[in-house]
Amino acid sequence: MVNFLIRRLIIAILVAITVSIVGFALLRFSGDLAALLAGENATQEDIARIAKSYGLDLPIYQQYFNWVISALQGDLGKSLFTHEPVAELILSRLGVTATLAFSALALGLLIAIPLGVLAAVKANTWVDRSALVFSVAGQATPNFWFALILIYVFGVWWRQASVLGYKLSELSIFGMQLSGLPISGSATWQHFIMPVLTLATTIVPALMRLTRTGMIEVLSSDYVRTARAKGLSQRSVLFKHSLRNAILPVVSLAAVQLGFLLGGSVIVETIFALNGVGFLAIRSIERIDFPVVQSILVCLACTYIFLTLLSDIINAKLDPRVRLS
Amino acid sequence: MTLADITSAPPASMAKAADEFATLAPSPRELMRRRAKSHIGFLTGMAIILFFIILAVFAPLLAPHDPYDQNLTARLLDPVWGPKGTWAHIFGTDAFGRDILSRLMYGARLSLMIGFTAAAIAGVIGVTLGIVGGYFGGRVDAVVVYLTNVKLALPVILVALSIASISGGSIIVLILVLGLLTWDRYAVVVRSLTQQFRDQEFVLSSLAAGASHARIIFREILPNLTNQIIVVASLDMAIIILIEAALSFLGLGVRPPTPSWGLMVAEARAVMFFKPHLIMIPGAAIFLLVIAINMAGDGIRDVTSPEGRG
Amino acid sequence: MTKANSSNAPGGEAIIDVSGLSVDIAVPAGALHAVNDVSFSVGPAETLSLVGESGCGKTITSLAIMRLLPRAAKLTANHIRFDGQDLSRLNEREMTRLRGNRMGMIFQDPMTSLNPVYRIGDQLEEVYMRHRGASRKEARERAVFLLEKVGIINPGQRLTQYPHQLSGGLRQRMMIAMMLMCEPKLLIADEPTTALDVTVQVQILQLLRSLQKEFRMALILITHNLGVVARMADKVAIMYAGRVVEQGSVEDVFDRPTHPYTRGLLHCIPRHGLTAGHDRLGSIPGIVPSLVGNISGCSFRNRCSFVHDACGTGDVPLRPVSDVHDYRCLLSPEKLGETQQGVAAQ
Repeated sequence: MVNFLIRRLIIAILVAITVSIVGFALLRFSGDLAALLAGENATQEDIARIAKSYGLDLPIYQQYFNWVISALQGDLGKSLFTHEPVAELILSRLGVTATLAFSALALGLLIAIPLGVLAAVKANTWVDRSALVFSVAGQATPNFWFALILIYVFGVWWRQASVLGYKLSELSIFGMQLSGLPISGSATWQHFIMPVLTLATTIVPALMRLTRTGMIEVLSSDYVRTARAKGLSQRSVLFKHSLRNAILPVVSLAAVQLGFLLGGSVIVETIFALNGVGFLAIRSIERIDFPVVQSILVCLACTYIFLTLLSDIINAKLDPRVRLS
Repeated sequence: MTLADITSAPPASMAKAADEFATLAPSPRELMRRRAKSHIGFLTGMAIILFFIILAVFAPLLAPHDPYDQNLTARLLDPVWGPKGTWAHIFGTDAFGRDILSRLMYGARLSLMIGFTAAAIAGVIGVTLGIVGGYFGGRVDAVVVYLTNVKLALPVILVALSIASISGGSIIVLILVLGLLTWDRYAVVVRSLTQQFRDQEFVLSSLAAGASHARIIFREILPNLTNQIIVVASLDMAIIILIEAALSFLGLGVRPPTPSWGLMVAEARAVMFFKPHLIMIPGAAIFLLVIAINMAGDGIRDVTSPEGRG
Repeated sequence: MTKANSSNAPGGEAIIDVSGLSVDIAVPAGALHAVNDVSFSVGPAETLSLVGESGCGKTITSLAIMRLLPRAAKLTANHIRFDGQDLSRLNEREMTRLRGNRMGMIFQDPMTSLNPVYRIGDQLEEVYMRHRGASRKEARERAVFLLEKVGIINPGQRLTQYPHQLSGGLRQRMMIAMMLMCEPKLLIADEPTTALDVTVQVQILQLLRSLQKEFRMALILITHNLGVVARMADKVAIMYAGRVVEQGSVEDVFDRPTHPYTRGLLHCIPRHGLTAGHDRLGSIPGIVPSLVGNISGCSFRNRCSFVHDACGTGDVPLRPVSDVHDYRCLLSPEKLGETQQGVAAQ
């Protein structure tokens, strides 16, 4: 168990380092950052001056090492525009994004697992087929579109003065908010209903189908037949003996999905004007605020790596066979 | 048992009895065709995809208007079913007076083109890595697994947004980025299948017969992967179309005034409470195309390997 | 072990009495007649062996008795009498009360038949707790008792292990112990030794036999190994393509095999005294026919050397050779016997 953990940890760290290099390089190689920052009418001298002041004139490996060394000391640099420390910018918005992602994951699992179990138990009946149609449709729905439909449905059909915490006037100008000032972070729990619903919808289909496939496989396994031959109750057969085994791959997928939700919150935070990390990311991307962008990129990647590591540990806990190997 | 035992004809009565039990076994290909013809999801999906392809290819001939043509006197016209709708603009016009139907057709062009080429690029990268890793194993495989892990850890939307933003909204860069960011699924699937094939007899016998690795990969393994690759490609294409739409919606993918479905939804946000059809129509187009691709992909999987459903 | 008459010798009042059992499975091409009109009974401490090639319906028959058939399968029977009830008419809830309690079943592959994520102890105890309403502590004591019964040296420690930590033979012992937790009257063993090493096979069979005598269980032993039948069984039913083609006491059937298929099977086991080379192992030419759709006539006819025109039509009834020995063929035992001797003389 300890060996297993150490090996996984080493690989995770190596992957994290590689990802940071790739992320860093991608930003540097996709365009001339200094020229972009200087603007269209800038002269060569302007560009050179900007490159020098932001350290962009150094060789790329040197830029990377400088950044890594200060990052390891907790200094992720400063925003080019607000001049606030990047770490502070991210940390202050982490709560919103984490709340969003974890609530969406919880809601998603709460819908997906029972639905997947039901579809597996009723395999090839109309229940199963409806669940499948639902999941195919869910997978094909662009989440920004779904979010707008939610706003429309709540706002217009129900004729409410405010849409679950959003004033209609606030919504009608949200197109402007991208280029406007940061929104105050005074989000109430109601503000999270629609965003969480939107995000949960994006992860339910995959989780549900995996639960269904796993359950169908497990339900036809020898040990479930044994459980039935023992005269155990339907509930015990389904949940104690089947789901516990079928859930193993779902745990791994859930970790991946959580990472995806953190990244995918960009769209939802933008539409619902939640001042989280995703919103910070897109504003920084638009302004070529590269110290912020690269930090968010690497932080999200590391979170993802950490989550997969966590899911491996949970899997090892759930499956005694993994513990020994 | 001697040769004579085997070749000597069985008694006539026995042969007759055997005939009665024998059923005509169709070839696998024929079986596949039969299953495809009765697979409603596959047929529906393919029909919708074909419809979009026709719209896209013949957009210049079919489109009633120039998709870029602004007409400030005909802004935000109702669709034909609306109170003031006309057949001149079946889906109405947008805030710049551009014809929605025409923009939709050209948008199909863009979505299909980006989806197809990016999925192809991802396919080439992913399949190559997957085969090489699965076939050679050992350190080569470790590198492939490592690269796949690195790729999986990259937040796709953020990386795509950053690069699209820095590179200034070129469609070619967009395609390259989406291709480079979605190859992981191919690699994972192809790698595990190759591992299974590698130890099977038809591969071992080729090796024993002195075939080169390249020959085995291209002649023995790759043809056996085709079906699975098509299934993954369909899924990948659907995902790419969704990501492109999202990037364009956020204003960092395809840039205005190019007609892109995601962009059309974004442009309609300001008037969504008064003209909801302006977000519904392009959104529904994305939804329909993606669902059709997924249905066709699921169909291909069912048809080629009916036991591997779910 | 409460009934007074169950202390009789084998052949006392039957514990399980199956009559006219048929199972149809819905497949895309129609109905697959997996089991057709099977009847038998087994008494206390008696062993019935179901014998046949794979796919002949012996496992389906046993799953039908346990009512563990897949959903696509449809069961019909005159009756399946067990414990004063007709199993074919019980609902699922009533069946769960019997399974693991009054009747148990052991499966072919002990490697996959135990749940990998739970400790052995959990899996044994839950049966006792469910059916006897016992506490965890009582169940643990019972489990230890039974592990000793099945010959496990340090039961306390074994109970805390997971299935993957045990060998195949040990796992099969665990399965047996698990199914005996509530002292069932009927135990079905579906090829319990096929997946095990040869040396372990013998131990497991001996164990089953001694436990059966001790608990006076009716045992239905499914196997394709005639050596196992000879060693273990009192009665035998030979199945082919979903039907019993011959059944009777082991002595009768082995001494006087009547149906051509039984003959073929018996010819398949290597016998002491036969020299290699000249007398190769017998094998039956041909393949088992499809069981989908309407079947008429004898299903063995495409492999039978006695086939004649009458075999292709109508239903072939089960006919007696003697009081306790039936076979399913249109020809008389004498007719079949003559040619058999002819073959033997050859």
